[in-house]
Amino acid sequence: MTAQADVGYQARQHGRWQWSEAAFWVLVLACVFLFPSRYLIMTEIVRLALFALSLDLILGYAGIVSLGHAAFFGVGAYCAGLLALHGIINEPVIALVVAGLAAMAVGFLTSFLVIRGADLTRLMVTLGIALLLEALAERFSNITGGTDGLQGIEMQPILGLFAFDMFGRTGLFYTLAVLFLLFLLARRVVHSPFGLSLRAIRNNPLRAAAIGIPVNRRLIAIYTLSAFYAGIAGALFTQTTALASLDVFAFERSADLMLMLVIGGTGYLYGGLIGAVVFKILQELFSTITPQYWQFWIGLVLVVMVLVGRARIHRWALFVPNLIIRQVAGRKAVVALTDNEAP
Amino acid sequence: MTSILTNLFDGVAYGMLLFVLACGLAVTLGLMNFVNLAHGAFAMAGGYVCAVLVNQSGWPFFVALPLAFVASAAIGVVLERSLYRHLYARSHLDQVLFSVGLVFMSVAAVDYVMGSSRIFIKLPAVLEGQIDVFGVGVGRYRLMIIVICGLLTAGLQLVLARTRFGSRLRAAVDDPRAASGLGINVPQVFALTFAFGCGLAGLGGALSAEILGLDPYFPLKFMIYFLIVVTVGGSSSITGPFLASLLLGIADVAGKYYVPKMGPFVIYTLMIVILIWRPNGLFGRTATR
Repeated sequence: MTAQADVGYQARQHGRWQWSEAAFWVLVLACVFLFPSRYLIMTEIVRLALFALSLDLILGYAGIVSLGHAAFFGVGAYCAGLLALHGIINEPVIALVVAGLAAMAVGFLTSFLVIRGADLTRLMVTLGIALLLEALAERFSNITGGTDGLQGIEMQPILGLFAFDMFGRTGLFYTLAVLFLLFLLARRVVHSPFGLSLRAIRNNPLRAAAIGIPVNRRLIAIYTLSAFYAGIAGALFTQTTALASLDVFAFERSADLMLMLVIGGTGYLYGGLIGAVVFKILQELFSTITPQYWQFWIGLVLVVMVLVGRARIHRWALFVPNLIIRQVAGRKAVVALTDNEAP
Repeated sequence: MTSILTNLFDGVAYGMLLFVLACGLAVTLGLMNFVNLAHGAFAMAGGYVCAVLVNQSGWPFFVALPLAFVASAAIGVVLERSLYRHLYARSHLDQVLFSVGLVFMSVAAVDYVMGSSRIFIKLPAVLEGQIDVFGVGVGRYRLMIIVICGLLTAGLQLVLARTRFGSRLRAAVDDPRAASGLGINVPQVFALTFAFGCGLAGLGGALSAEILGLDPYFPLKFMIYFLIVVTVGGSSSITGPFLASLLLGIADVAGKYYVPKMGPFVIYTLMIVILIWRPNGLFGRTATR
């Protein structure tokens, strides 16, 4: 077997659906049916998961650290809100796609700014873009509703069939379906040759360029795609809550997002999904202890995670699952570490 | 004409203040390559120490100012020794996460202890009102800020360029390994510098309570300003950040005065344009990594 074929074989092996993945989605679906009284919070988790997934695409696969991912979330949210409010596009699914495309356009335009410079410049530029958009939304408060936000958004039934109900049942299934579809797409993308080239860029941009990968074009592409995902997440936010206010652009949103992704682990797509669940549970827990000051505990979690080391924490978290899997499937089988943490 | 001069004066005072607030960050971020988003938290600490001393304990303002410096520097050195130093070699992502965590903690903690409303520091009568210089109204408080910050800047430049400690710091930053090979205690130099930077931030925080407003969200609100000063100014010397903060101060004041509707828009656009045009800052040298 030649070396090249070997690489291809490995990549295809990685790209295959595994039992654990199927189990994950079955578990998700089971949760939806098991806790009918928790629709709203589950919708929120699913939405956050999609948002975290979009950050994972650029952070975990392309290594772009962004502090302003809320920018695209906000664009999507406002776009969906405005479309529904003024009755331009009444059908939620089409509005969703349009909102995603709007965020994608913003992402494409700003990606040229992001690919310039190293980490620090990127941090600044992404943060700056989010703040800029926030300032813009505040400036044009006649359109965006300013700090009060867009009010009186009424959503039409999805596809003309499923009306949003007050328990959030439709909203949850809708959000979950969108998440699953976009997850499939993301999974396809990251296991494609394109996705592999992104990983090469993340690990060493210079070498990647030397073996003929067009680094900048790949980064622009994935950044744009990620903006699309974030825009969809934002649009889902507006559609399921019938709200859009200035805080969609807030820095805290970007920071929380990063925390979510880091809790779950970057670079294997499920990180954002798991992270969103853990984050939401932590948030609920902390706000029952100290309603006003839950941010303190979130901050503490961040600090501790970094000091202990993200890789180490994930290894501890996987200890029990690995033990079980080894019992069932033999000594060598383990749940894979995320690939930038593997030794 | 006078309004232009007054604005210019206010802008310079604002810029000077930003420089004192941010120059500690210029060292940690620009020179030590550590992304410390929590820098504003040290400034806030200094501001609150000063406020408590002046308002509640009745200390004179000019005694409380140096104490704000000392308090922030003390917090800085403790945190540097206990937490920050473990993270110098980590990735930028880790540093960002860590410092964002610190910001969240400081915001919530101050909110819990001091309440969430904006606080003011009682100023001595000497600093209130304006004096007239050739028909231009000059606020006394701002004049004091310019004097203090100007002296500090000159002092810093001298220390960095002329003293033994300054040359040690520059050596430690340029090449830590070679520097420690020459017998320079690099961790100690870094710790001292970090503490001094935090102290300056604390002093700046105390001075800025009057102008920028002091509330628990200070570190979040002004984070971007500090970052702008450092990234736009570059990191080759302190002259870069100094000029950048003057530019930022003047642009912000002028922007708010002449195009109030655009709000902070001017600043962010300016920053993005400069960063695109020169990714290493206006006065920066080519980054090594």
